[in-house]
Amino acid sequence: MLIGFLILLLFQFAGELIVIAVGMPVPGPVVGMVLLLIGLIIKGKVPESLRVPSEALLKHLALLFVPAGVGLMTHFGLLKQDWLAILLALIVSTALTIVVTALLLNPSAKKLRNINQENS
Amino acid sequence: MEFWVFFTAKPLMWLIVTIATFIATSWLNRRVGGTPILHPVLVSLALIIVFLLLTGTSYETYFEGAQFIHFLLGPATVALAVPLFDHFERVKKMLLPLVLACMAGAVTAAVSALLVAQALDASMGTLLSIAPKSVTSPIAIGIAEKIGGYPSLASGLVLITGAIGCVLAPVIYRILNITDEAVKGFTLGVSAHGMGTAYAFEYGLMAGAFGGLAMGMTGAFTAFMLPLLIPLLGVG
Repeated sequence: MLIGFLILLLFQFAGELIVIAVGMPVPGPVVGMVLLLIGLIIKGKVPESLRVPSEALLKHLALLFVPAGVGLMTHFGLLKQDWLAILLALIVSTALTIVVTALLLNPSAKKLRNINQENS
Repeated sequence: MEFWVFFTAKPLMWLIVTIATFIATSWLNRRVGGTPILHPVLVSLALIIVFLLLTGTSYETYFEGAQFIHFLLGPATVALAVPLFDHFERVKKMLLPLVLACMAGAVTAAVSALLVAQALDASMGTLLSIAPKSVTSPIAIGIAEKIGGYPSLASGLVLITGAIGCVLAPVIYRILNITDEAVKGFTLGVSAHGMGTAYAFEYGLMAGAFGGLAMGMTGAFTAFMLPLLIPLLGVG
């Protein structure tokens, strides 16, 4: 458990360092996630010591959004001014995203189903 | 009054308020059958904001305590690699159509949101916060920080997007005659991140698994794509 948590922090740290070194505007933890994914693919499985703290964190992920979300209280002015633009942008773009993704993937539906059943 | 000032000055109190409120709203949400409208995060935000306004507490004071929870977003983002790897092992033979659908969906989400908001004269801060709205919150907060948006506004917009996606998806599937569970789940993950994934499990386990894969792929891809895309659209 403790080793797994240390691994997560080390990968985050490596991600932050790479972001600073290369100067790319990508969040450090995302680079850490990609590095860990590559590591897991090379290793071929998830060690139990890593799975336990990862699943514990992800199980309570929703709680972790609360502190940043409360910061909405500092943006009431912006929300009042832009609420119509925000609402229309969210509705239109979410509908378009669903249409584009579903139509592109639908022709592969049968293959996806077969592969998934073979593996499970 | 002196007593109150003493307590609110302690970061510990805001840590307790955050966790206790979230436990209470999660319990409430289970009691009402898990409806996305009373999502525990949305209800917690409303309650805590009202409480802070009533007690005249600034967000900075609140965050002195809440930052200890906020800090865990970093390792939690790295931890997303674990479910991503599990799904990857299952569907790696079919990765090409999935990657293409995810990339097309992620670009559509960001570009169409930016164009609509821009056409309606939204301010720059709003535009940069709306761009990562289809991405799971821990990654969206990181992206907003990086491209110059407001992380807290971004995390709020992500939650609203999740709820919109769960409402729209079944209607659109009926219109387009999408019946396959895997396609339904994956599309929900691309368009509505974690909330869409949770909703996809109602179609079945396979839909949920594809939703989780889509959420991770969309988050990682968007984090690398948006910083390149934003200058192209003349935003920022």
